[in-house]
Amino acid sequence: MISVTGRELSLGQWVLRDLRLDSVLLVLLSILLLLGLVVLFSASGESLVVIERQLMRIGFGVAAMLLVAQVSLHALRAISPWLFVAGVILLLLVMWIGDVGKGAQRWLDLGFMRFQPSEIMKLAVPMMVAWYLSQRRGRPRFRDLLVTVVLIMVPVYLIMQQPDLGTSMLVGAAGFLVIFLAGLDWRWFVGLGLAITAAIPVLWSQMLDYQRQRVLTLFNPESDPLGAGYHIIQSKIAIGSGGLYGKGWLSGTQSQLEFLPEPSTDFIFAVYAEEFGFIGVALLLLLYFTIVARGLWIAALAQDRYARLLGGSISLTFAVYMVVNIGMVTGLLPVVGVPLPLVSYGGTSLVTLMVAFGILMSIGSQKRLVNR
Amino acid sequence: MAERDAYGEEKRDRDRFVARILLALVVLAVIVLALGWRLSGLQVGAHSHFTTLSENNRLRVEPIAPTRGVIRDRNGVLLAGNRASYQLEITVERAGDLDALLDRLRNYVELSEADVERFQRGVRQRRPFQPVLLKAGLDDVTVARLAVSRHEMPGVEIEARPLRYYPLGADFSHAVGYVGRINQQDLQRVDPRVYAGSSHIGKSGVERYYEELLHGRPGYRQVEVNAQGRVLRELSVTPPQPGTDLILTLDANLQRAAYRALEGRDGAIVAMDPNNGEILALISAPGFDPEAFVHGISQADFAAVRDNKRRPLFNRALSGQYPPGSTVKPLVALAALEEEVTTAEREIFARGYYQIPGHERRFRDWRREGHGRVDMSRAIAVSSDVYFYDLAHTMGIDRMVPILGAFGLGQRVGIDSTGERAGILPSRDWKRARHGEVWYPGETLITAIGQGYMLTTPLQMADFTAALATRGQRYQPHLLRAMDNGNGALEYPLPVVRDPVVAAPKHWDTIHDSLVKAVHARHGTAWGSVGSTRPEYTIAGKTGTSQVFSLAEDQEYDEAELARRLWDHALFVGYAPAEDPRIAVAVLVEHGGSGGRVAAPVARKVMDAFLLDAADMAIDPEDS
Repeated sequence: MISVTGRELSLGQWVLRDLRLDSVLLVLLSILLLLGLVVLFSASGESLVVIERQLMRIGFGVAAMLLVAQVSLHALRAISPWLFVAGVILLLLVMWIGDVGKGAQRWLDLGFMRFQPSEIMKLAVPMMVAWYLSQRRGRPRFRDLLVTVVLIMVPVYLIMQQPDLGTSMLVGAAGFLVIFLAGLDWRWFVGLGLAITAAIPVLWSQMLDYQRQRVLTLFNPESDPLGAGYHIIQSKIAIGSGGLYGKGWLSGTQSQLEFLPEPSTDFIFAVYAEEFGFIGVALLLLLYFTIVARGLWIAALAQDRYARLLGGSISLTFAVYMVVNIGMVTGLLPVVGVPLPLVSYGGTSLVTLMVAFGILMSIGSQKRLVNR
Repeated sequence: MAERDAYGEEKRDRDRFVARILLALVVLAVIVLALGWRLSGLQVGAHSHFTTLSENNRLRVEPIAPTRGVIRDRNGVLLAGNRASYQLEITVERAGDLDALLDRLRNYVELSEADVERFQRGVRQRRPFQPVLLKAGLDDVTVARLAVSRHEMPGVEIEARPLRYYPLGADFSHAVGYVGRINQQDLQRVDPRVYAGSSHIGKSGVERYYEELLHGRPGYRQVEVNAQGRVLRELSVTPPQPGTDLILTLDANLQRAAYRALEGRDGAIVAMDPNNGEILALISAPGFDPEAFVHGISQADFAAVRDNKRRPLFNRALSGQYPPGSTVKPLVALAALEEEVTTAEREIFARGYYQIPGHERRFRDWRREGHGRVDMSRAIAVSSDVYFYDLAHTMGIDRMVPILGAFGLGQRVGIDSTGERAGILPSRDWKRARHGEVWYPGETLITAIGQGYMLTTPLQMADFTAALATRGQRYQPHLLRAMDNGNGALEYPLPVVRDPVVAAPKHWDTIHDSLVKAVHARHGTAWGSVGSTRPEYTIAGKTGTSQVFSLAEDQEYDEAELARRLWDHALFVGYAPAEDPRIAVAVLVEHGGSGGRVAAPVARKVMDAFLLDAADMAIDPEDS
């Protein structure tokens, strides 16, 4: 239709290029979101209200993604430190004036909506660390490691105080993945690993009772079948009884008869596994892996250090999300409250993820623009 | 140069990044494969295990309690039935704060401490989501008021459940027994699966003896439940098999008349048909309210009944063991005749006491002036102790015991009820085993008049009286007349015939005539109270006095001076009509004093009720 450098572009190609979108990622994300809606319909007990709300969030998320995809990398880089500083201030505000929900102080009431500042940090931390490291040359040195660890641990500590173990872990992971991708010397990672191991007792003393309980019951959920271990036991029953082919959509007894706790949010994977079986599970794992691989591909082709580090961190953090959630519902990891990315019911995490994919698409389009 | 460095730096940086990306991808691939491995382990490897767990979650088998069989008397009068009783139950899992709920419920129903105590016990012992009884026997007004406000109180349920009731109450408390709530001990003697849905079990009497028949077999329904335990749908039902209805040999009219004949005194009456062993009346007075146990008696109420001096829970007819006193004399006389120790005609001169030749000790007659010249018939009629001392001395204990044993003394009768005791038939062997001592000749004498070691239950007395009536034919005394399985036809168990007491006919004649004289002859011990009133039929009987308190050789027994609880027990055994016996009766009046004066008229009233008034006193089966 419109001739650029003598080649005819279809309308679709034009839209994708001009809206700076990545077609492969778009298709994969659409499949995942659609599948999520299908599972959510079953998990919510066929609630149209829930589906409607989730659709609104998806719409909001997609809009955010489109919007962020238009922002130039230059601008993103420029706001990175400011976003980070704003995020830390908001976290401090939460500590002072936040709303208390479910025994944890995570929300900031803005009057028209409630808002979780820790979600911002999921993006602000990797952006900040990538920004800092892109200012430096060569491999990160000890001084860089020191600075970035401080940059990461301040928000992680604040989020842990809310307390929100799951989010603080994801924020920490996003930050450390940047350092890893920047090519930090192996020895430092070994050292860091040892430091973390040493820090476990300290962390343990900082944890609240319910967090400790979660960690303890992970190792022996059967010890408290009606209390703390109930979630994991019921989740494993749901997954295991799904078998190879599953019980069929809307036919999972564990979820439909309410044996499975929080089937729409943290444990939605168990609903999926019960109803779609191992075949469905394998396909879902493949879908997630492909999305991550595509994200890494985009990052690998990026032209500057900031874009590479940020894109790589975003993609791998998405993978961490998925691994932690599935590990959690299958009883391999503690129940820390990490949703299944883009499938679990719930607002802020979905929007944050869509914004992250917007950034990835922005990175991808920059590559194309430069190539041309 | 700087630019080339920058370019080179950029390239190295990028290569490093790509290397790290590839490493991350490999690690991720390994992790995803590990997750897949874990999931395949759960979903394929352990699939059947988790399927079972999932089904266990989802499916619940609920027992359906069978309807307990009802109990009727021989004429169809209801003795134990079931009626719907509204009860307040609480499902603890749905109720939330129990104390607050109980406080709230107090506005609607009166909750005694016993109710709350039982409820809390039930809460501790319940299965998940099993409703726990708070208050039974709600009246209609309470039910209505609760029904209106029930939706404000989750977990509160009003259930109509069939509950045992005993329309004729205390009169039958020892004959029929009662049911009570199942406790831990009960669960050890029954199959808990059979009782999974049941709340009550037979605790005593016929209710307990025929528990298995009365209870029936439970049914089951398989239901699908959600995580809260709420039943979503029924998948299959196996209906329960109701308990068997029992028709007893008891005659309700006779039972009530007999209970009344005791006029509030403590005692026992057993009446049976000597021709087949059917127990017509079985009384132990005082009785108790059996329904108190059905609703669940509180500790305090139970203690009050248990510690009552009159011992209403004690079944005197089956568990009470008393010296038979003179009632045993006809048996001893028969033994002497059969052993040819004496003849019916031989007379002795009965003074006020007896001495074993060569011994100092005097064995006193109940009549201090003695009875003069007596033959066997007169000795029985006047109840001469001295005559029987003499007889016993000549015969010896070893020849006396076998025939007393043949009449069933010292052995459980084997009636189809609970709590029966065997009594004691003393002998040389018994004494050696029990006391490690040799038998003294004096003990033979007091055994012959039913004192000393000898103990019998009122049931045993009725049993040997029936054997006297039938001249040795012995039938197994029993309470069950027929079973109704609901298939239209009644099932009658055959009467069990036991080993007879074998004796020469003329010996039986002697005993029989003597017993008639005891009532109808002027010198008879029951003449004054019964014979002189000219009953419409002939009674053969024997009075007895069972000593509670032993007197020294030279002491005089004086009712007026003794505390009532030390008074002798009054006894009477007899059968009527003497020519063609249809009823054999044993009466015991605790601390009643004289058998002739006190116990014989009671037996007379029982016989009257059975032989004469049956038509007038009938309880209309439709009535109850």
